[in-house]
Amino acid sequence: MTELKFTKDHEWLRMEGQVAVIGITDHAQTALGDVVFVDLPEIGREVTAGEAIAVVESVKAASDVYAPITGRVVEVNEALTDDPSKVNAEPTGAGWFFKIEASGALPDDLLDADAYNAFVDSLA
Amino acid sequence: MADSEVLLETPLAALHKELGGRMVPFAGYSMPVQYPAGIMAEHLHTRAAAALFDVSHMGQAELVGEGAAAALEQLTPADVQALKPGRQRYGLLLNEAGGIVDDFMVANLGDRLFLVVNASRKHVDLPLIESVLPPSVKLRPLPDRALLALQGPAVASLVPTELTFMGIAPITIAGIEVMASRSGYTGEDGLEISVPAEQAEALARALLAMPGVMPAGLGARDSLRLEAGLCLYGNDLDETTTPVEANLVWSMGKRRRMAWDFRGAERVREQLDNGAPRLRVGLRPEGRQPARAHTAIKAGGEVVGEITSGGFGPSVGAPVAMGYVARPHAGDGTALDLIVRDKALPARVAPMPFQPHRYAR
Repeated sequence: MTELKFTKDHEWLRMEGQVAVIGITDHAQTALGDVVFVDLPEIGREVTAGEAIAVVESVKAASDVYAPITGRVVEVNEALTDDPSKVNAEPTGAGWFFKIEASGALPDDLLDADAYNAFVDSLA
Repeated sequence: MADSEVLLETPLAALHKELGGRMVPFAGYSMPVQYPAGIMAEHLHTRAAAALFDVSHMGQAELVGEGAAAALEQLTPADVQALKPGRQRYGLLLNEAGGIVDDFMVANLGDRLFLVVNASRKHVDLPLIESVLPPSVKLRPLPDRALLALQGPAVASLVPTELTFMGIAPITIAGIEVMASRSGYTGEDGLEISVPAEQAEALARALLAMPGVMPAGLGARDSLRLEAGLCLYGNDLDETTTPVEANLVWSMGKRRRMAWDFRGAERVREQLDNGAPRLRVGLRPEGRQPARAHTAIKAGGEVVGEITSGGFGPSVGAPVAMGYVARPHAGDGTALDLIVRDKALPARVAPMPFQPHRYAR
């Protein structure tokens, strides 16, 4: 398994060849609280890095989830429709949101784990 | 509120910090929205056992003197004069146009009336009440008292009292003298406890030490009251909504509806006679997607209303909401569309409460 990369929008991605598996970070799920609903993008949708393409709703509020890379949505985690609490329980595992097949080079501002943790600490 | 404005703290600020409360600004106060257990767990625990809420931001006051009840009745259609000693009642303060200035609790403590008003409205309510008082009646704000709510089905056995629902009396808990009413904002049995600020932390610690009592924050308080169909001032009620529109006619005394001798009576009477243009209703969206406050409500492509409170109901296990719709669309079962992120989410008008009340009547 390749290493996780992170964004400043508190998302993670893991490259599997040209396809990125994407979800929200443990920090993000903690901040959101109990997730009760996830609105996922349509498969086949062409997305641009930074575009809001999904929504995660906790008891209290709704938050956008962004496409961290440009490409095409090739799969979404349908299991979250019935059990959105997987996002809280396993944010970087069974709680993944969607997969995007990258259409070009990855953005150069993705963070590694250390850099992301330092970024989170800087917010506190 | 501007970020630069300093937030007030309740007497339990240190305890919230110790308990890991996540503090947020609310009505000018720094208040815990949740503790580490989270809103869902705090909500469900309140319905299953008991939870402690700090509601010290709310305004407490006393009205003292001959004619206090009659004086207050100038501003509210609640029957305050008929309130027996040891009893509390829910009421609305109205403006000249019949709009709701605030919703509040009033209790007859024998020699005085005890009032609890919303934190966000106390700066409006207290001067308003003061403005109608005869010289014989004095309004005494009680800024040196904290207010704790202990809510849930276990409360009756944890803190046994003689009180029935909406009863109020001085009692002693853990050696501390408090004023307790059997009431709350969750739909569950429970107590609201007014205590001198300097003893609030000791009382809170004593209550939290009781078996199965969990601290709960404003997040759970909001989801609990929404499931219980209870209004939040600023969301579901404001100065443009009337008691008829808000479906709170039950809070108006029968005698008051004969005499029509309160501020705003003309509009309220007109709406009772002819029907209000809009009504507060419960809404159940299909599926799991919540619809939040300010979501537009449409019928046949036309906007017919707006959601004023909405979210996921942890005990209902589904999204729930309340809002105002034009009267022709207010009947139970009416199909409506909620416009969430530009998409129509089907919903139906549904009776409230969404979660049955379990008061100790």
